[in-house]
Amino acid sequence: MASINQNTPPAALPDFCNLGVMLRVIFIVNGLGILAGLARKPSWPGFWHEFLPISIFIQPALLASLLLLCGVRRAMAQRTYREFVIAVFLLEIAMAVALYFGIRALIPQDDFLSLPAVLGFVMIATAIVLFYLNLRSRALSPAITEARLQALQARIRPHFLFNSLTAVLSLMRADPRRAERVLEDLADLFRVLMGDNRQLVPLQNEFVLCRQYLELEQLRLGDRLKVAWHIDNMPEDALVPPLILQPLLENAVYHGIEPSAEPGEVNINIYRNRDQVFFVLRNPYHGDSGAHHQGNKMALNNIRERLALHFDVEASMKSQVVSSGYQVTITIPYTTQR
Amino acid sequence: MDAPIKILVVDDELPARNRLKEILQDVGEQLSLTVVAEASDGVNAVALLNEMTVDIVLLDIRMPRMDGIEVARHLQNLAVPPAIIFTTAFDAYAVQAFELNAVDYLLKPIRRERLQAALEKARGRLGTPQAGLEQLPQRARGHLSVSERGKILLVPVADILYLRAELKYITIKTAPREYLLEESLTKLEEEFGNVFLRIHRSCLVARSAIRGFERVAEEGSDGHWVVLLNGSEERLPVSRRQQQVIREFKGK
Repeated sequence: MASINQNTPPAALPDFCNLGVMLRVIFIVNGLGILAGLARKPSWPGFWHEFLPISIFIQPALLASLLLLCGVRRAMAQRTYREFVIAVFLLEIAMAVALYFGIRALIPQDDFLSLPAVLGFVMIATAIVLFYLNLRSRALSPAITEARLQALQARIRPHFLFNSLTAVLSLMRADPRRAERVLEDLADLFRVLMGDNRQLVPLQNEFVLCRQYLELEQLRLGDRLKVAWHIDNMPEDALVPPLILQPLLENAVYHGIEPSAEPGEVNINIYRNRDQVFFVLRNPYHGDSGAHHQGNKMALNNIRERLALHFDVEASMKSQVVSSGYQVTITIPYTTQR
Repeated sequence: MDAPIKILVVDDELPARNRLKEILQDVGEQLSLTVVAEASDGVNAVALLNEMTVDIVLLDIRMPRMDGIEVARHLQNLAVPPAIIFTTAFDAYAVQAFELNAVDYLLKPIRRERLQAALEKARGRLGTPQAGLEQLPQRARGHLSVSERGKILLVPVADILYLRAELKYITIKTAPREYLLEESLTKLEEEFGNVFLRIHRSCLVARSAIRGFERVAEEGSDGHWVVLLNGSEERLPVSRRQQQVIREFKGK
C-alpha cells in the first residue's frame, strides 16, 4: 500500500476560474437550494414561498464566492490541498455573514432566513462542492490521462518513421550534412512524442515541432506538399497541450497530400482573439474512404479528450468538409504561465 | 555472361527511388543489372511497361492514382509479365498477405543483402507466371484493364457507363468507345457494388450514369422499363426480375 500511496500525486486544487467548474458549482448549489426549500415546505406553493428568499441569498453568494475563490486559487497555487480547503471554508463563512447582514439591511423583513440556517447551508454546500470537485479530479487522474496519451503515441504512423529513415538514407552519400540535420529533427520530434506530455507547453514549442515535422514530410514528398503558415497574430506564450497540432498535420499529409499526385496545400492559421486562441487547419479532401475515417477519428477523439482534460468546456474542436477541403478548428482559452 | 537484368523502379517518393537506385548500384557489383526506367505512380508504370520490356519491377504499394497491388494485377495482361517485388514502409495487412501467398516483398529501409537475394530469386523464375497475386487483398480497383495488341489499356472505372456480358466477354461501354474484357460480371458486381447497379442478368450500369427510367409500352403486355443514360442515346432494358431496383434507386 505504501508504495502505491507514494505514487499518488497530491490532490489538484480545483480551478474556480474555469468556466466548466463555475457552471458545475452553480448547478450544484442551486440544486441544494431547491432541496433546502423542499425540506422546509414540502408542498408546491409553500416551496416557492421558501425558495424565493433562499434564492435571493444564493445567487449573490454564488457570484461573490466564485470571484473570491478564483482569486484565492491563483494566490494559493503553491499551497497544499488542506490549506486550500481551510481557506475556502473561512472565506465562505466570512462571505455568508457579510452577505446576510447586507441583505437584512436592504430588505428588512422579519421572516427572512436565520443566520444559523444560512451558515449551515453555506457549510454543507461548500463541503459538497469541494468533495465533488475532488472526486472529479481523481476520476480524471494522471493514470487515465497517461493511458490516453499512450494511445496517442501508438498512433504515430510507423509508415512515417520508416519512410523518413529511407529519406535520410537517400541523403547519406550525396548530402551528409543535410542528412545530419534531418536526423536531428527526427530526434527532436521523437523526444516529444515519447516524452511526458501531461503538462501544458508554450505554443512556440508546438509550433517549432510542427515546422520540423513538416520539413521531414517535405523531404519525402517534395513539391507535392505545400505549406502555408499564417502566424502573424500567433500568441507564442499561450499554453497548449503538447501534440495538439502535430497529429492533425500528420493526418492532413496522410489523407490530404499523399493520395494525390498533384501538389496540395496544408494551410495553418493560428491567431488570438481577445482571450481565446484559434487554430484553423485546412487540407485537400479526397472523399471518405473507410480507412481515412478510422485513423482520422482516432486522432480527433484523442485531441478532444485532452482538450477537455485541460480546459473543460472552455475548449472546443470541430471538423468539417468545406469547399476548399477538410477543415479542423480548435478554440482554447488564452492562458500563459500560471 | 547473361544479359543484365532490366529493372523498373516505381515509387511516388523521390528519395525512396534515389535510395533504391543507390543500393541497386551496389548490388550491381555482383549481379549484372541495369535500371532502365523509373515511375512516380502506378498509372505511369503501366504506361512505361507498354513501351518497353523489363525483367523485374520494384513496386511500392502505397501510391497516388493507383496502388502497387492494382498495378501488379494489370501487368498480368502483358504478353510477358515482368517479375514483381513489392516494397513497403509499413503495411501490416499487405505483408501478411505476401507471406501467405509467397509473394516477394521488401521492407523499407531496404537492405542491400535482402535486395540482392530477392533479385536473384526473381531472376530464377523469369518467364513463369507470378503466383499469388489474385489472392492479395485489394480495395476496389480504380481502373479496369484490357489487353489490345499486346498492350494494356487502362479504363478508369469512373468513365464507364455500363458493363454488359456477351457470349464469352464483357463489353465495357464508355462515352467514346467500347472495350472487351475477360472477367466475370458477378465478380465485378461484388467488387464495385456501390458503383454499379444490376438492371439485368447480363448488365451492370453505373449509378452515376443513370439519367432516369422510362416505361416502354408493348402490345399485349404491361410493357417494360428502360434506363436512360447520361452521355449516350442508348436505352438499356431492365429485366422484370430486377424491376425493384428502380424503386430502390429512386428512393435514394
